[in-house]
Amino acid sequence: MIEQVAEPLQQSGFAKVILEIDVNNHPGVMSHICNLFARRAFNVEGILCMPVSDGKRSRIWLLVFEDQRLEQMVRQLEKLQDVLAVRRHSAGHEVFERLEDFFH
Amino acid sequence: MKQMTGAELIVRLLERQGVRTVAGIPGGAILPLYDALSGSTLIHHVLARHEQGAGFMAQGMARVSGVPAVCFASSGPGATNLVTAIADARLDSIPMVAITGQVPLSMIGTDAFQEVDIYGMTVPITKHNFLVRSVDELLEVIPAAFRIAMSGRPGPVLVDVPKDVQNQIVACEDFPPPATPDAPPALDMAAIAEAARLINEAEQPVLYLGGGVIHSGAAQQAVTLAEQAGLPTTMTLMALGAMPVDHPLSIGMLGMHAARHTNFVLEEADLLVCVGARFDDRAIGKAAQFCPKAKIVHIDVDPSELHKIRQAHVAINGDVARVLEALLPRVEVSLRKRWLSRVESLKSRFPVPWANQDDPRTHYGLVQAVAAALDDEAVIATDVGQHQMWVAQAYPFRRPRQWLTSGGLGTMGFGVPAAMGAALAERDRTVVCFSGDGSLMMNVQELATLAEEWLNVKIVLMNNNSLGLVYQQQNLFYGKRVFASKYRGAPDFVKIAEGFGIPAVDLDTAANPRGTLAQALHTPGPCLIHVSIDREQFVYPMVPPGAANTEMIGG
Ligand SMILES: Cc1ncc(C[n+]2csc(CCOP(=O)(O)OP(=O)(O)O)c2C)c(N)n1
Repeated sequence: MIEQVAEPLQQSGFAKVILEIDVNNHPGVMSHICNLFARRAFNVEGILCMPVSDGKRSRIWLLVFEDQRLEQMVRQLEKLQDVLAVRRHSAGHEVFERLEDFFH
Repeated sequence: MKQMTGAELIVRLLERQGVRTVAGIPGGAILPLYDALSGSTLIHHVLARHEQGAGFMAQGMARVSGVPAVCFASSGPGATNLVTAIADARLDSIPMVAITGQVPLSMIGTDAFQEVDIYGMTVPITKHNFLVRSVDELLEVIPAAFRIAMSGRPGPVLVDVPKDVQNQIVACEDFPPPATPDAPPALDMAAIAEAARLINEAEQPVLYLGGGVIHSGAAQQAVTLAEQAGLPTTMTLMALGAMPVDHPLSIGMLGMHAARHTNFVLEEADLLVCVGARFDDRAIGKAAQFCPKAKIVHIDVDPSELHKIRQAHVAINGDVARVLEALLPRVEVSLRKRWLSRVESLKSRFPVPWANQDDPRTHYGLVQAVAAALDDEAVIATDVGQHQMWVAQAYPFRRPRQWLTSGGLGTMGFGVPAAMGAALAERDRTVVCFSGDGSLMMNVQELATLAEEWLNVKIVLMNNNSLGLVYQQQNLFYGKRVFASKYRGAPDFVKIAEGFGIPAVDLDTAANPRGTLAQALHTPGPCLIHVSIDREQFVYPMVPPGAANTEMIGG
């Protein structure tokens, strides 16, 4: 009703973080996860998803910029029913580096 | 081996879950389910006149009972009409299961007649949602929907069921057991001990209760904590009723329309014990200036609420009732004479503007007169606007689940169908819905349903012939440029009610308005009670947009 007066969004930093997310494998999972990031104007720089083991689960790798809201984002992610685990890695992790050959 | 259609399976599972009332509207894609429902002797179907009404009826049932309630809608427009009620349930953490029909599996994605991607649309407004792709999945999905809706922080779940899945035959040995909530998070005893230490050491602590206290059934524990530790206690809009307003430790609702003394007490706090609340902007004003001197203990079942708006000194993730129980034996008995007498002096220095108003044809007087005619067993619902805030300020709430209001989404049109849901779930209670002339029009069609069901719902219509809260904003903050907030026409609401078959009284013309009001409230069945309210009455005190809570105007 009444306009909210809020501080402007803080700019995200330049350090990158990699999130490794174990999820149930079904067609709606990606939209649940991407929605969460998009809504908060959290730019996802890279995304990779493949089924693991028997295909009942998938693993999603996300490359995002470090941001003071990341902590909160991870808690929100963990709340999703289809998210089984979230692990954080520093940008040094090789998963996206190895893919770079495909993006030239 | 049992054999049945998917639709029959859904109905059996709902019955086994204890569902006894379903509100909804049929349509092509959900007809198999309606056909199966027609064979149920246990479930009463309430035929709403708009799916949003059905959604809010389900909410009303869930809000008074705490148990997940169910609504049905068909595909396409039926489903999109549910969206507002689902979003509303999400923001107020209400357990609800919405079941929608969908076009057959093979037609999904073809822009088939009445196809919308309700699954995609409701991703951000549900706690979880399902698109059921085979009949066998129903055996898992239906119990899961209820389990998710009621576990931890409650919320709405949508289950979209294609028509062919409803018609497919499923075979099973046994039905899955009815859903029960997940086990609550383990108690963090170290954090609880630390919280107790902060409470015991504090000089000027305040207890801040939110809707989570109601959801987790923790009102009694919260009041005990307040009494044991001598904590002045404030409640959010969603927590009204957790502590009786006339309890000596209650300092009333906080936030944008709080009493002045409430926000001043908070300003002086050196410890804020936040239980099942989320530092919403309407409650705390400017976040950085809220309780500037206070350390914060934050208890919530939803870990993502902790540290979200304000960094807590002690954050406890857990079911608030269980956490409070574990906290109580560690908290010292304290009379806290100095702090409580300071609170008393603020209270008497800033008396509330709604005290001792007794003309039932004024806004506060009407709220008081309704309260005087009823006991605490009555349920009080509202729509959204000035009337909602006046009721929140002035009605003497004394028990949890006595109060139903759309807090997070602030949805006009919530009141009547939610009140009907409350009356459907608890038929012995009198349910009052305070509404405004703007809000009433947003779901006025449900008066037809109300007449059919003949529920004990009394609509108290505070008619200022305007969108009062907008009119107030424009007067206060837009240089009195009043635009699109005053109505030019003036419908005859008494006739409208009577046209739907609902008795109505008009306090404007009543010789003895107080007597007419009491009689209307005490006559079983539905009734509309019309009262004209002066458009120039505003909700005060008020924290202007962007200000700190102590910078209130008016009142
Ligand atoms: C569905 C919806 N549309 C618009 C609004 C914005 N709004 C908030 S209060 C209000 C006016 C409410 O008028 P009324 O129901 O007559 O109550 P009053 O403020 O006059 O008591 C409006 C338009 C809203 N909250 N919900």
